[in-house]
Amino acid sequence: MEILVLLKQTFDTEAKVTVKDGRVVDDDVTLVINPYDEYAVEEALKIREAHGGTVTVISVGGDRVDEALRRALAMGADEAVAITPPENADEFVVANLLAAWAKGKSFDLLLAGNVSVDTGAGQTALRVAELLGMPHVAAALKLEVAGGTATVHRDAEGDTEVVTVSLPALITAQQGLNEPRYPSVPGIMKAKRKQIARLTAADLGVDVAPKTAITSVYQATQNRRNRMLGGTAEEQARELVNLLRSEAKVV
Amino acid sequence: MARNILVVAEVRNGQLRPVSFECIAAGRAIAEGGSVTAVLLSQADVDGSELIARGADRVVLVKGEHLKEYTPDGWLSALQQVYLAEKADVVLMGHTGIGRDLLPRFAMRNAAGMISDAIAVKLEGGQVVFTRPIYAGKAYVTQIVTEGLIVATIRPNNVAALEADAGRSGDVVQSEAAPVDLRTVVKEVVRQAATGVDLTAAKIVVAGGRGVKSAEGFKPLYELAEVLGAAVGASRAAADAGFCDYALQIGQTGKTVTPDLYIACGISGAIQHLAGMSASKVIVAINKDPEAPIFKVADYGIVGDLFEVVPLLTREFKALLG
Repeated sequence: MEILVLLKQTFDTEAKVTVKDGRVVDDDVTLVINPYDEYAVEEALKIREAHGGTVTVISVGGDRVDEALRRALAMGADEAVAITPPENADEFVVANLLAAWAKGKSFDLLLAGNVSVDTGAGQTALRVAELLGMPHVAAALKLEVAGGTATVHRDAEGDTEVVTVSLPALITAQQGLNEPRYPSVPGIMKAKRKQIARLTAADLGVDVAPKTAITSVYQATQNRRNRMLGGTAEEQARELVNLLRSEAKVV
Repeated sequence: MARNILVVAEVRNGQLRPVSFECIAAGRAIAEGGSVTAVLLSQADVDGSELIARGADRVVLVKGEHLKEYTPDGWLSALQQVYLAEKADVVLMGHTGIGRDLLPRFAMRNAAGMISDAIAVKLEGGQVVFTRPIYAGKAYVTQIVTEGLIVATIRPNNVAALEADAGRSGDVVQSEAAPVDLRTVVKEVVRQAATGVDLTAAKIVVAGGRGVKSAEGFKPLYELAEVLGAAVGASRAAADAGFCDYALQIGQTGKTVTPDLYIACGISGAIQHLAGMSASKVIVAINKDPEAPIFKVADYGIVGDLFEVVPLLTREFKALLG
């Protein structure tokens, strides 16, 4: 099995998000592999362990993206590719870059996270599948590969759908698919010696302009009542129900 | 500029989904004299009149043996067929399980820009401007599609639907989807949503955290949810501890919810969790620890044991609503 994992580097989910001068500040933030993409890396490694083959990880990002790719290598990935994006790249541009690199290479399986925890758009991987003319199954909770077919248990709004798909296919990982491993010390040492291939849009012959533009970024503000109730549990329960009906008007 | 809007409507459990009406309302707000057409890509036994009453000018009911269940190949091919016939300028759908799966591929097939999970849509200087959360609601952006076809999914429960007006009239037309090879096949669907209410579209969410202590501890939460017609959710701590399925998890990893009412039971309020629920309209927190950060984002707080308070709430709501 030749497996390609699409990976994005994101803020650690515990990070505070600060907006300054119309931008999200990322100077002092810990960057990690997007948690959903980490499930994809883990699944790729498990499939390689069962079926043989190679695992390649690819990411579109600036210089710091090497840290995430190096972690995937330390987990056990074989190869890593970084693509430097042009300014203001959106999902349309990123998908075109990823697909341009993958086109003509014979991967049996593409894996990616179901969504990224930063933009949360969940578009890029499915766009890549479309560009490569590949079927996809999103939000996998369980994945089995055998004889050119994948059987996927997928999350469909809380219900589980069992789907089969012919390979090559793209499958996105949902939480619950697996428990990502920690890189081992030998893995980390080995990863340090590996080369990360770095390409640009020009190297890939991709010349597309973004289709969307962000016109403003702002911090969330919510005015809350912050009203603490008092009395016995019974009194509090009664007061809350009254307040929800008469003051907040939500029931 | 008059825009022709195509809304991909959805049926779940035999009913049109409220978010489909919300998308029609969003479409009306940006059509500027253009038309709003709702399309149903299923075998569902719906005649389309409700979509007209909710603001659509036209309804296209697409039939096809292969559309009974959602598959990306089947539905994308049918949507593309309708889109080309209708010459739409904007395609909208709910940010639902199917919307999230279908529209990115549709956008790419048409080399279009797409805005996912919009919570508001408006016209500004003749431009269609979407608002959407980033970092699961820790911040927001406004975003536009700069040229060509506009594709967007709209988060349930954020745009107000139009009141049903039975006096409105409009055409309902039937269409036949061309057959297509399905590369993905649905073998089985296992129903798991315990209350039958979809978490991301629910008007009320009752959520449990580490304080529920066990899988059994969710029982009083389900009882309260049933009385309220609410969905049950959980914090990452509860899911990680194995008290519930990850499908219930609300937070930056997990689902983002914006219900009218969020009742947090035994949830401390880690930043990861707050990201997924802090845009709820009204937040209630029940926690033993008066210092729990969840109280800082709450409208109403009760310091107490959820196992005592939640059953009392269930009783009070039953008396009120029953």
